[in-house]
Amino acid sequence: MFTLIEDGTIHDVDATVTNGRVCLSHQALATLGWELHPEGLCREGLCIPVPAGLALETDAGVDLEALAKALDRPVAIDVDEHAAYLGVSAGERARALKSLVAPDFALPDLSGRVHRLSEHRGKKVLLVAHASW
Amino acid sequence: MWQALYEEMKDRGFVVITVALDKTADDARPWIEAASPTHPSLIDTRHVLAELYNVVNVPTILWIDERGRIVRPNDVAFGADTFRHLTNLDSSIHLEAVRAWIRGDAPAFAPDQIHAQQTLPSAADQRARAEFGLGQWLWAQGRHEAAERHFVRGGELAPHDFTIRRGTMPMRGIDPMGPQFRAMREEWAKAGHPYYRPLADTAGRA
Repeated sequence: MFTLIEDGTIHDVDATVTNGRVCLSHQALATLGWELHPEGLCREGLCIPVPAGLALETDAGVDLEALAKALDRPVAIDVDEHAAYLGVSAGERARALKSLVAPDFALPDLSGRVHRLSEHRGKKVLLVAHASW
Repeated sequence: MWQALYEEMKDRGFVVITVALDKTADDARPWIEAASPTHPSLIDTRHVLAELYNVVNVPTILWIDERGRIVRPNDVAFGADTFRHLTNLDSSIHLEAVRAWIRGDAPAFAPDQIHAQQTLPSAADQRARAEFGLGQWLWAQGRHEAAERHFVRGGELAPHDFTIRRGTMPMRGIDPMGPQFRAMREEWAKAGHPYYRPLADTAGRA
């Protein structure tokens, strides 16, 4: 088993680690919402061509680092711990911020009650990130 | 620190939302309890806000209007002058500006001005955040040695991201106010980089 965290969501997936490389089963790829077709990596009928020379498919499955590269997403891998984190691309985050639509979030207060930014639509919001450090 | 502003302006269609980027709710608890806020005061152990808003240090503030649009991008402001000797920032400049915005006396920035002042994440920033995300999960699992590798790697990828470099210190058994932090900040200053990067008008340079 391998833990694959996708932008905060934790998936336990079928993957093998050989020679320091992580290869996902096709089922694991499907868990992430992708399928590998001759046209490339496909999701909901849309396909991203796999860059030439990128060794995405191996005998053991789909190479995680190559997958991240094909999707233009950042990945952090710990082969010893059998865990990886697949993040969100800089391009996607930049596009969202440039739109000036404040990204919504849901976070708990000290009592565990979850609050969303969007609950405050109709008010002016001063959003403050702080920390004890 | 922001409770007084909230109390003063809350009847004008205004709310403060504070978000603590701390390793546990218990790390943030004494600070929040001391402020006894009546506005939402949230805990963000996974740095969701940093990821969504490209927050690289604290404090970071943003203004969001009634339609949910960012009208002042990431800026540095304090609610009081408690740390002015360290920050060299006069909190009254931002407080006056935010009051004028809430009252409708002064417009926030126009979109082109916002774009000009926005800092967007780079590929390295996002790789650093993936390292942080993996490290934070490993740390929460009790796999602290493995977590350390990823926190260090994240800091190397985005040396300006103090939510990673300083924010992970408490998880790594390092005092975030101690000698290692001071050395890091001095080295950063020596390389010609400011630790706080307020927008020009908040810094009193408009």
